[in-house]
Amino acid sequence: MKKLIRVLGVLVVLGIVALLAFIFVPVQRTGPVTQLAADFKPAEGQGEYVMHAGDCMACHTSEGGKPFAGGRAIESPMGTIWTTNITPDKETGIGSWSLDDFRAALYDGVTPNGTHLYPAMPYENYRKMSEEDIVALYDYFMHQVEPVSNKVEETKLAFPFNMRFGLRAWNWLAASYPAGFKPVQGEDEQFNRGKYLVEGAGHCAACHSPRNLFMAQDGIDDTSNAFLTGGEIDGYTAPDLRGPESGPQKWTTEQTAAYLATARNAHSSATGEMMLVVRDSLQYMTHEDNMAIAAYLKKIGTAPANASAAAAKPEVTETEKLLTDAKPDMPLGPRLYLDNCAACHIVNGNGAGETFPELDGNSLVTAKSPKGLISVILHGAELPSTADRPMKLRMQGYDNRLSDEEVATLATFLREGWHNKAPGVSAAEVKAVRDLAAH
Amino acid sequence: MARTEKKKDVVLVGFGWTGAIMGIELANEGLEVLALERGHDQDTVPNFQYPEMIDELKYGIRYGMMEKPANTTVTIRRSLDEEALPYRSLGTFLLGTGVGGAGTHWNGLNWRPMQSEYKLKSYITEKFGAGVMTEDMTIQDYPMTYEELEPHFDRFEKVAGISGTAGNVNGKIIEGGNPFEAPRSDEYPMPAMPSTWDGVKFRDAAKAAGYHPFPSPGGIASKDYKNEYNMQMGPCNHCGFCERYGCYNYSKSSPQTAIIDALKRKKNFEYRVNSEVLRVEKSTDGKTVTGVTYFDHKTGEEVFQPADLVILTAFALNNVHLMLVSGIGQPYDPNTNEGVVGRNYAYQITGGYTLFFKDENFNPFIGTGANGFCIDDFGIDNIDFAKEGFIGGAYWRAGQTNGQPGHTMPLPAGTPSWGAGWKKGIGEWYGHAMSIGAHGSVMSYRGHYLDLDPTYKDRHDRPMLRMTYNWHPNEIRQTQFMKQKMEPVAKSMNPTTMQEGFKKEGAMFDVRPYQTTHNTGGTVTGDDPKTSVLNRYLQSWDCHNLFVMGANTFPQNTQYNPTGMVGGLAYWAAEHIRKDYLPNPRPLV
Repeated sequence: MKKLIRVLGVLVVLGIVALLAFIFVPVQRTGPVTQLAADFKPAEGQGEYVMHAGDCMACHTSEGGKPFAGGRAIESPMGTIWTTNITPDKETGIGSWSLDDFRAALYDGVTPNGTHLYPAMPYENYRKMSEEDIVALYDYFMHQVEPVSNKVEETKLAFPFNMRFGLRAWNWLAASYPAGFKPVQGEDEQFNRGKYLVEGAGHCAACHSPRNLFMAQDGIDDTSNAFLTGGEIDGYTAPDLRGPESGPQKWTTEQTAAYLATARNAHSSATGEMMLVVRDSLQYMTHEDNMAIAAYLKKIGTAPANASAAAAKPEVTETEKLLTDAKPDMPLGPRLYLDNCAACHIVNGNGAGETFPELDGNSLVTAKSPKGLISVILHGAELPSTADRPMKLRMQGYDNRLSDEEVATLATFLREGWHNKAPGVSAAEVKAVRDLAAH
Repeated sequence: MARTEKKKDVVLVGFGWTGAIMGIELANEGLEVLALERGHDQDTVPNFQYPEMIDELKYGIRYGMMEKPANTTVTIRRSLDEEALPYRSLGTFLLGTGVGGAGTHWNGLNWRPMQSEYKLKSYITEKFGAGVMTEDMTIQDYPMTYEELEPHFDRFEKVAGISGTAGNVNGKIIEGGNPFEAPRSDEYPMPAMPSTWDGVKFRDAAKAAGYHPFPSPGGIASKDYKNEYNMQMGPCNHCGFCERYGCYNYSKSSPQTAIIDALKRKKNFEYRVNSEVLRVEKSTDGKTVTGVTYFDHKTGEEVFQPADLVILTAFALNNVHLMLVSGIGQPYDPNTNEGVVGRNYAYQITGGYTLFFKDENFNPFIGTGANGFCIDDFGIDNIDFAKEGFIGGAYWRAGQTNGQPGHTMPLPAGTPSWGAGWKKGIGEWYGHAMSIGAHGSVMSYRGHYLDLDPTYKDRHDRPMLRMTYNWHPNEIRQTQFMKQKMEPVAKSMNPTTMQEGFKKEGAMFDVRPYQTTHNTGGTVTGDDPKTSVLNRYLQSWDCHNLFVMGANTFPQNTQYNPTGMVGGLAYWAAEHIRKDYLPNPRPLV
């Protein structure tokens, strides 16, 4: 008995030591994955380009704030995370960080004093970035970004998420793979460039991969079947990119690249978060890089696009017939569509070219969560002005014209119309989205 | 002077079609360009958005998109011995305001003048002898040729996004298009729009009469479209809210759909709204201009905006007014026939038949501003002036533009205009009427001109612009000729009843009913500084760093809607400013 107590005592002591070590022993920081020549200098513009590829601006700039001065609120299921000041200001920014410090933030999610970053910072993905890009990005932030003194609000999540040391265990699950990017042998340069951008700086999986039980990305690269098969962000659906009905699989590579560069293509347009990604990040990628992303996504499709099934679709759908006949006794859904939507999106649900997006087969319309569709009906949408397509095409909102009941009926009609098969929408769901904007 | 702003390379007065064209062309040269717009900022969404825009009472009747006459207007008289009175209530023409200008609320009809219209005086003299012109006629040739302008028409049509069927591509006549049009180097950028039933009926009747119908060319998109600036349009849904309205559907060509978002991306371009230019400032020697003075409606102060190059890109009447109040160029005096500014003002003459069919339903709620079919068989090239006794021509069009009950509900003559009889008439005839219109040229005359009103002043204490205009017997003869030719065509369609609306001998200019907004002349382009304000590059003869755009540059009015010509001339001038003027600023002629 005594022996048992002693053993237990030792175990408890060991446990406490281990816990203290877990909390206080500094995290091993990942070093450079490539030894660059001592005189390595990033090409002019490379750092800014990597910044755009990583979309640092989107999170680290507050609405109307100075670039990269932080202070944007990121809503997470655990609470509000305030983004940090990453300008080279020595006091409130990252001006005193060394390259190793900077790399550790991107690879390991730790700050110079050992504090763990919340994984709203996608170091799970940035861990794939090359040393060249890390150095270029570091150089950009240190030398090309204006230092801004801006002390941002401290992130205070509720217990237990305020115990940041817990993230150490999370990191063992989510970000313990070897840093750096390994091109796939046997695939061409374009595939590997696309893969590098998607998996690394582009951090597409942060939204487009599902999350596992531990809230880690379920698949950070294409070795996982779940990788980029759709996720959820703040209740909105980030669509699947790999299934046969997904955009990158249905569209040509050129069309996907156009979508990335301009937020629009012959089929669809980007709304919500994706619109912001185009506005702040993807429009600055070269055509070659957006083509590489598109080609890579096409290649990792999970099932071949079924061209014959598309061809077998009837020429004129029942929905189109219903809308064309426009009988006075038609149900409310199609009537609302005729009165509010058909002028642009046309009775066949195909819209027109790059100006009016298709609703038939549109991933926003058929998304698992109808929140995005409801939001666009209520508040409209605006496409960003880009070099290739400067027009800020806008759809006006209908929040002042349609009731919750009507929006629900219309959204349900859209989700069931033409070839769409998605569950209906309730007035309560519409009200929830409408109430969000009221705050 | 309350404020002086930082000097710009170029200041544009007005931000409509020509302001947007000049803006993007000169900003592309790397110049610092500023556009000053009198009115408010506006864009498709939110300003034209559905369904708020399609409010007939607000925009169709109460002219919600137009400049309030209380803010800016003209005075009008019909002869030298009348006293001009302010045009206080909008009627015969509608003056737009705000970003996009009249380019936002037009119908979209887009034409190039006919071949003879560029060298009209020479054409008449050579073909019929100078004797066919009336003594008071002051028409003159454009100083540039159609061939010189052609690439610029083509460019404007592609920028604006015009739908139509070409009838003459490089001299090859194309079935279904207008065989009488001047040869074009390329097709229209979009196929013609489908026509409503009234247009089709007219097409068939015109064809049966041996004429050559073709779909109206218009800045209404028949498909999704992208222009050279990568700006976009979407196909029109034929809602019938074009003229007097902004298009909520991205379907009507306007500075907003064709240029402005592309221009806004340029860091060297800026525009300021609520900035009303009061005058152009001249240098002490009067050989150049130094900038403009504008009234900033936000701060309530006058502002001097220095610039190396000033381009007037406002509406025709405003451009002329600015020249007069700035004292640039000699004002025209009809008594001596000397002076140039204000000379050769011209309007447009229209007439037509309305046909009522008991058994036809035209569904007038379907329409576009440029709907239907036209013929040019009575176009200016096709008239024997010596034989017919007038100079001019007209194109005809049938195609409903809207069925708005407040202002587009034709009734047979004799129907009461109110009460039970009116209601009965509406019940009987709404949707059963169609019309054929003749859209005719107007020559310029010694007695038709613009000057400063001796009595009335505007809110900035500037004399108002005074218009002296009346129908001239030449145009009455022209429109009566059209009536005579149109009557058998209309009759051949077998209407239940029909009525004509052509001006008759003795008709006086009546500013109350809407006619057209096609005001032309006043600062015309020409080869001789004694009879023109601008040289062939639309450059002021007096101040070489001042250029003037717009229909005010037309020596006389063409038989067509002016926008195509205005756009073509703007691209023509822009090219010469870019390639010739900027490297060496000087009088180009």
